[in-house]
Amino acid sequence: MNEQRPDPDALLEKVQRAEAKRRRGRLKIFFGASAGVGKTFGMLLAAHERRAEGLDVVAGYVETHNRAETEQLLHGLETLPPRLVEHRDTQLREFDLDAALKRHPALILVDELAHTNAPGSRHPKRWQDVDELLDAGIDVYTAVNVQHIESLNDVVSQITGIPVWETVPDAVLAEANEIELIDLPPDELLQRLKEGKVYLPQQAERAAQNFFRKGNLIALRELALRRTADRVDAQMRDYREDHAIQDVWQVKERMLVCIGPGGNAENLVRAAYRLAQLLKAEWIVVYIETAKLQRLSREQRDAILRTLKLAEELGAETVTLSGHRLANEVIAYARTRNATRIVLGKPTLSGWKRWLFGSLVDTIVRLANDIDIHVVGKESNFLSQAGANPYFSRSRLYLGLASEEPSSLFKLREGYMWALAATAFCTAIAWFMLDHFDLANLIMVYLLGVVVVAARYGRGPSVLSSFLSVLLFDFCFVPPRFSFAVSDSQYLVTFAVMLLVALVISNMTANTHHQAKIAVHRERRIASLYAMSRELAATRGEGNLVRIAVKHVAEVFEAQAVILLPNDTGSIVYPKDEGSAQSCHGSDLSIAQWVYDHGQMAGQGTDTLPGGEVIYLPLKASSGMIGVLALLPLNPARIALPEQQRLLDTFTSQISLALERVRLAMEAQNVQMKMETEQLRNSLLSAISHDLRTPLAAIVGASSSLVRDGNTLASHARQELGQTIYDEAIRMAGLANNLLDMARLESGAVVLNRQWQPLEEVVGGALAGLTSRMVNHPVTIRLPHDLPLVEIDSMLIERVFANLLENAVKYTPPGTPITIAAASDQNELVVTVSDQGSGIPSGEEKRIFEKFHRVASEGNQGGAGLGLSICRAIVEAHGGRIWADNLPSGGAAFHFALPLTEPPFIENEEATQS
Amino acid sequence: MNNAATIIVIEDEAQIRRFLRTTLTAEGYQVIEAETGKQGLTEAAMRKPDLIILDLGLPDMDGVEVVKGIRAWSSVPIVILSARAQESDKISALDAGADDYLVKPFGVGELLARIRVALRHVSSTVNGEEEGVFSVDELKVDMIHRKVTVSDAEVHLTPIEYRLLTVLVKHAGKVLTHRLLLKEVWGPNYVERAHYLRIYMGILRHKLEKDPARPRFLLTEVGVGYRLVAD
Repeated sequence: MNEQRPDPDALLEKVQRAEAKRRRGRLKIFFGASAGVGKTFGMLLAAHERRAEGLDVVAGYVETHNRAETEQLLHGLETLPPRLVEHRDTQLREFDLDAALKRHPALILVDELAHTNAPGSRHPKRWQDVDELLDAGIDVYTAVNVQHIESLNDVVSQITGIPVWETVPDAVLAEANEIELIDLPPDELLQRLKEGKVYLPQQAERAAQNFFRKGNLIALRELALRRTADRVDAQMRDYREDHAIQDVWQVKERMLVCIGPGGNAENLVRAAYRLAQLLKAEWIVVYIETAKLQRLSREQRDAILRTLKLAEELGAETVTLSGHRLANEVIAYARTRNATRIVLGKPTLSGWKRWLFGSLVDTIVRLANDIDIHVVGKESNFLSQAGANPYFSRSRLYLGLASEEPSSLFKLREGYMWALAATAFCTAIAWFMLDHFDLANLIMVYLLGVVVVAARYGRGPSVLSSFLSVLLFDFCFVPPRFSFAVSDSQYLVTFAVMLLVALVISNMTANTHHQAKIAVHRERRIASLYAMSRELAATRGEGNLVRIAVKHVAEVFEAQAVILLPNDTGSIVYPKDEGSAQSCHGSDLSIAQWVYDHGQMAGQGTDTLPGGEVIYLPLKASSGMIGVLALLPLNPARIALPEQQRLLDTFTSQISLALERVRLAMEAQNVQMKMETEQLRNSLLSAISHDLRTPLAAIVGASSSLVRDGNTLASHARQELGQTIYDEAIRMAGLANNLLDMARLESGAVVLNRQWQPLEEVVGGALAGLTSRMVNHPVTIRLPHDLPLVEIDSMLIERVFANLLENAVKYTPPGTPITIAAASDQNELVVTVSDQGSGIPSGEEKRIFEKFHRVASEGNQGGAGLGLSICRAIVEAHGGRIWADNLPSGGAAFHFALPLTEPPFIENEEATQS
Repeated sequence: MNNAATIIVIEDEAQIRRFLRTTLTAEGYQVIEAETGKQGLTEAAMRKPDLIILDLGLPDMDGVEVVKGIRAWSSVPIVILSARAQESDKISALDAGADDYLVKPFGVGELLARIRVALRHVSSTVNGEEEGVFSVDELKVDMIHRKVTVSDAEVHLTPIEYRLLTVLVKHAGKVLTHRLLLKEVWGPNYVERAHYLRIYMGILRHKLEKDPARPRFLLTEVGVGYRLVAD
């Protein structure tokens, strides 16, 4: 091996794995060769030891099989009551996973790792329950027999002749922290069996007799021992690797495994797995589908699906290719993937048949120059005959490319009709040509006809056409004419050749069609992904996104879908809108919640809660879980294909990305708003602080002077100081009023108290409150007599007047008059407050209404610049508008318009006499 | 200036109490202080005051409750002090029987004016006189002969306008709520129709005031009601 720098990614992965492993609970497996060796016993002994050390131990599920000695050991351990499940008139006792999680002990005992849970449980297998316990940080002791290990399944059943259904994936064993082998020599086991110490269920007794033959026991024991030894070896190598990092392999072995229909596929996969483990190689399982293989029966197709799934479970990458010639495709793919080895099953044919028809193995061996070929021997067909997995029994379409449904029978018939027609047509042409051309040329006409039929209508019609052509040619044109006899045996050759040509061409066109169809399908799927991505990218708003995503998913996967999103507290809730025809109704929120919490798939076809019809997929983005996609497929088997899974994966990541984008955009907007609010608050604080300090300074100064020197000051001086204090205090009161107004208006808490008022009264009220300030400014009031009543909040409009008048006083020289005028038309009442001061600086007419805006030439007038913005807020709250401009004769004019509506009916005076 | 008048000040803010005490004592009134509503009620019951100044923002009791409590057994004039935002409280207190109000911050001038008005009414009703003629500046209202003159020129008023004016005259100087005016002039069915009141006040102003937009006598107390100035 080369001395290389350790790959940082690999190291990081290792660290992450170690970290994850630390947080996870520790799994100890009590491993045995068969039932009866004493695994449960050993497990309980170990549990007691741990308990004596002070650890919190709970017996989650322990199968004592009513053996006295085992039951005795259960005493003193806290037991978790089993979950009772009703199933077909019997009550089954199952391990209660939720209770265990709730109880959360430090160590829990869960027996019979390979057990299949009763329907309705969260996971179909107990080892998945154990997985969840470990994830929650609980240590687990469990027990399992060697026959339950997935990759050894076939070997064991071969040895014992008894099929084993309940299997545990090898990964579970590989990840276990400790494996303790409970070993018992076969003789002793047989002795125990005789003494009746080994539990045997009644029905299996006869089978058990076969099982417990000494030969079997020895073989099983060897298997168990060898497996344990393998593990020890692996541990040793890992240890060495950790401490001698230079031992990282640069070039990885990569194996390509080819499977086809036929019972051998599963065994091939398992054997490949063992080989891959041995070589520490990556392995890819390839299924190449040719046109011929498309026509397989449903059972065979199901078997292939099963095999592919098994391969994935065992850790292979699976690929389905389509091609014309198997061997070439295999070699080409192997080259593309840089496979170093190819694994094939033993050829099915042998002897002369193999010589004649050729076998895949031979072709590949010949073509592969630099790639090693492994040929795996044939095992018994035992398992593959054992009956279809009900899980796949609903498959109708396979890859969507299945043989045309019988509904196209009409089409077929049409093809045959055309074949007849074409042949007849050819005959007609040939007839005309008879006198001018050689027979050889006439054949060409027929050939043309056959070729055209083959190209357009496929195999069947073309075969029919070629036969008919031969017959007709023979009958009509070959001497002796009008008889089926053939005088020249050459024509036999012609017939044969024509038939062959027809077959070859029709085959070719059929294949081309097939390829084209596949390409179209693939392209369509990619196009749909592209279409969805594009639409999502252009959309804003979570609701729209969800709708588009659901539409596309529903189309592509032929399913009903719904996207479930969490609310603020993180619980999944039903979407608010009713959804469309493509929405999946009735999804289970608790399953969705589980998916959201764990980030794993659940539902049909997965390991978790597979009972229902709906599949739940997590929507994961870089910032975490976004939501759950629930899918109700029309065709569940199709969804289960690894390729469809990958496509689904791509779709969900696109959707997650889009949702995340929307979420981030909203957050950015919130942040923006917060920033603006902060800015505003700062402006306000600084403005107030200035405007409070100024009058306060005067007040403090004047009052302290009075306190200190009050007695000695002249009376007019005292008067002046007193007046200062009064004036400044009033100014501060004004500021406080403005701030209060602004706060109320801003918070939206203002409810207008609209009453019908004559404008005159409001003006009078405002003026009355300002008399002292306006001594230097004569006020002219020009209000028409017939001014209608307006429905306004008198206090607020009075403030508008007050602010406008104060402004006029502030910004105009003393002695200049101020005018208040009003005019009304159909829809509005316009009030104008104008002065003869210097006017508004040009360009500022709109800005002066903004908060905190002060005209530059103000000096130290103070006031925080809020007055006009308050006016605007009030006028706009009344549904009016406010604006300012300069008078042509000089001076500023402030206008505001209030909407007019129908005033209330005033009864005649006589009627109101009481 | 009534020298021996006793005024009870019910106010929880020490600074304001101090200001009131200083000012009122300087005017010759006798001032008794109370910090809480309960204390105020007790003092009012024990001391038989001539006037009560009551702050609405008391910590222990609702000011309106204090007014109701006092009105249950006494008709002593009550002037309430309110902070600016408590419009509805002001109106409720006036409707419950308070006579007038002052908005904080207020100056000495306003305070004394209100007190004078409130005490004057007491004395006039106590003396049993019903003033037959009311006059201030150029306005003269002769209720015996039902004649209203402005600068000696007679002004014709409709019955409702006259009734409105007389109600105002009866309570001259004091603030009258919309509700009270509507009830007195139009009847209890009209208490919600404030626009009637406003229109008629506008008419009165046009008829009696020199500058209706800036009235001298018929003042609007924004959000509360109206007041006929008596001096």
